[in-house]
Amino acid sequence: MYSRTYKAVISAPPLLWVGLFLLLPYALMFAHSFWLVRDGSLIHHWNLQNYRALFTNPLYFQVFLRTARIAASVTLCSLLLGYPLAYYLSFHAGPRKELLYQLVIVPLWVSYLVRGYAWKTILGSDGVLNGFLQYLHITREPASFFLYSPFAVVLMLTHIYTPFVFLPIYAALEHIPRALVEASQDLGADRRATFLRVILPLSIPGLLAGATFAFVLSLGDFLAPLLVGGPSATMIANIVQSLFGAAYDWPLGAAISVCILLITVSLLFATERLEKRWSFK
Amino acid sequence: MTTRSHQCAPLLTAYAVLVFAFIYLPIAVLIVYSFNRDGVGGFPPRHFTFAWYRRLFGDAAIWDSVINSLLVAAASVALSLTLGLLAALALDRASFPGKALFRRLVLLPLILPGIITGLSLLMFAVFAGMQLSLLTVFLGHGTALISVATTELFAGLQKLERAQEEASLDLGATPWQTFWRVTLPNLRLSLIAAGLLIFTLSMDEIAVTFFLIGRDNTLPLEIWGRLRRGITPEINAISTLIFAVSVALIVIWYRLRARTIGTQVQEVLELP
Amino acid sequence: MSAGAISPQGATSGSTLLEVRSVAKSFGATQVLKNISLQIAPGEFLTLLGESGSGKTTLLRLIAGFEQPTSGEIWMSNERLDTLPPYKRRVNTVFQNYALFPHLNVRENVAYGLRVKAAPKQEIAGRVEEALRMVKMISFADARPATLSGGQQQRIALARALINRPQLLLLDEPLSALDANLRKQMQSELKALQREVGIAFLFVTHDQDEAMALSDRIALLRNGALEQIASPREIYSCPATAYTAEFIGQTNLLRGEVKNGLVRWGALQWGTSHANGAALFSVRPEAIRLADVSLELPEAVRFRGIIRQQIYSGASELLEIDCGDNQILRARIPASGPLSGEHEFVFSASDAVPVTETRATNRSRATDREPR
Repeated sequence: MYSRTYKAVISAPPLLWVGLFLLLPYALMFAHSFWLVRDGSLIHHWNLQNYRALFTNPLYFQVFLRTARIAASVTLCSLLLGYPLAYYLSFHAGPRKELLYQLVIVPLWVSYLVRGYAWKTILGSDGVLNGFLQYLHITREPASFFLYSPFAVVLMLTHIYTPFVFLPIYAALEHIPRALVEASQDLGADRRATFLRVILPLSIPGLLAGATFAFVLSLGDFLAPLLVGGPSATMIANIVQSLFGAAYDWPLGAAISVCILLITVSLLFATERLEKRWSFK
Repeated sequence: MTTRSHQCAPLLTAYAVLVFAFIYLPIAVLIVYSFNRDGVGGFPPRHFTFAWYRRLFGDAAIWDSVINSLLVAAASVALSLTLGLLAALALDRASFPGKALFRRLVLLPLILPGIITGLSLLMFAVFAGMQLSLLTVFLGHGTALISVATTELFAGLQKLERAQEEASLDLGATPWQTFWRVTLPNLRLSLIAAGLLIFTLSMDEIAVTFFLIGRDNTLPLEIWGRLRRGITPEINAISTLIFAVSVALIVIWYRLRARTIGTQVQEVLELP
Repeated sequence: MSAGAISPQGATSGSTLLEVRSVAKSFGATQVLKNISLQIAPGEFLTLLGESGSGKTTLLRLIAGFEQPTSGEIWMSNERLDTLPPYKRRVNTVFQNYALFPHLNVRENVAYGLRVKAAPKQEIAGRVEEALRMVKMISFADARPATLSGGQQQRIALARALINRPQLLLLDEPLSALDANLRKQMQSELKALQREVGIAFLFVTHDQDEAMALSDRIALLRNGALEQIASPREIYSCPATAYTAEFIGQTNLLRGEVKNGLVRWGALQWGTSHANGAALFSVRPEAIRLADVSLELPEAVRFRGIIRQQIYSGASELLEIDCGDNQILRARIPASGPLSGEHEFVFSASDAVPVTETRATNRSRATDREPR
């Protein structure tokens, strides 16, 4: 039905653009990771020094581990908040479902910065939370551990990503035919057994999609540590950011970026395969 | 058909309320304190004032950055929608070598942390000898947001009956005419919804922008700079305004989407 | 295959297994069921028959436990049923679209009810084997439902339900998604199965042929009320109302005037025990025969008419007979070659069954003819 010219016309521009502004930049980043900086200038000398540094210097590994821990905590907390919420909306909300769904989506579109800033003002020593606790005489002095800690980063990112985790889980739950739930109850399974045996297994693709999203984006986050994390919560992306800033070493930064990219892509592949295994008609 | 489960489960309901509270409380605090005379912290807020909003409206730098953001956002919408539409059409109708790779590549910026996209484009800009400016920011947003447009428009194309286009061709219209008279009008709602989404995301974008910004700030970067200097409720005020505008846009977006897709709820972002 | 293996446990020896007492159900402002009462005997095959919107599926769901009655009670084996959640009822359902669990294979689907009750593994394996053999699906034990055809899925749904030895099996239009030939085959298999396991079946359908073929009794529902409940033979030969007469099979509805034991309809008259006044009679098409080929009929009512249309359908044909003044009667006779012109016809007065007037209905009563 579509002529070859038609197909060429619609394919060429996006292909060209994507090639030029996505593929080429990624290739450049890849190339940079094999180059060097000496005496403050970039040298196009191909070598593996950056990668060697990454794998031998324990600092990078420590930071990466901390980053992975934070990302895992964010994912776990987002799931613990997002899944029950999705389950409630899908199976218990009745006619208010649509309205509640919109209420969950709204914060998604409120700027990341705005939400991060909100937490900054809440958790600080002079912040709202401390003020609240002192007002109720629960504490006498401001607690300084709320802000500028990995805890604050996890809190902020959980707040950001819970709606993101909610969405695919909700979609997956909505796709489960209600007749299956009735059939399960008809066969003698109460609500708990029905959830464990029917609803949960069928919602796994959505759960995996949401979890991957939260984990990968938290892994590469550099703004949250700058806003609320402080030095004890430096994440791997902060190191990259400073290597492209004050600590001028683009090749090393590119090498770390390439690692993040590879980890992300592998995770995506892995979950995609898992999702396929767990999706049933 | 209602089932009995709608009535019971008080624990779950309470938990759901708590989660909603967690999601909305920080924003509520933010809004409340934008009217507080005595700063962003402490409790309870005692003196109501519009002073910070007044200060905000006189703040030229902020409004300059708003205009910059609007420019970039508008341009990004135009670019992303055009390329996104073509990409969606290509994915829907054409087959070519490397199509699977193309599809993944287009969707990648959606799932990759912004720093990766930002840095790779920075390297490209340097390689191409470009100076960092709103133009580079625009390139960053436009490229990253093609994925959003593609996803929305692809979904819209799936809803389009192939038979309508075939009928148009059968009645004597050329493919170009068919595109303008049949395809595009059917995609109208998808285009508007995608456009709103891209606009909002571009206005809020910070991670990619961070590395591509030149002398002229976008709004998020301007706020970011202020945060370094010290926190005043003026930032609460601008944040509240951003929140209000975002809410308005998302409500419009959602109503549009409900009309295109029906009342069945869809995922906002299709992951690769 | 022993019937005792799947016989219901705990059935009462009384003549009533399930009793629906004055059950009504409304969804918001719409009343879907109005004061229904009926009983199901153990081992009985009872069909709920009706158009869409008649309330038959709602009644089924009330018994299954997926809805609550707005008023009234449901009792089973002398215990209150409607206050129990579905997972505590000794009732199992075969769903219209089978509702097989897509993430479990056939074996696991069938074993579901037993696994939930934590039955011992050995027992489960044995009973699953047996249930699959009973529905002739043993070779598909490890397949996934998505790979099975409609008819195959339906058998699995049956096995999954029956393995739990319910006292009552509910079937929600299980054959409606199958094509005509498969449907006929499944009907006879279903009937044989029911005889074999001896469990009461409550079967919902809108197809009256299906209801007649399978049931011990048919409960005809209309607009949420019970129109008539009787065996297929009785409901066919002695319909209580005009609606029943028209819904099940075809009929001619004759509105006549009764006076002193005689009915007058147009030029015809015959004897009846009906009270004086206006009365409606149902005469089935197959009761009307060509006078010249029939034997002597008792209480014969003869009339002449012109054949307007002859609709051939293989074994028989339907004649549309104009009896004068544009009154049309339909007769079904064995196929006997093309006919035309005026002929004499006869039917027996005992085949003219008095039926009560239908309540307010939206249906056009095309077969109802008033004499001029």
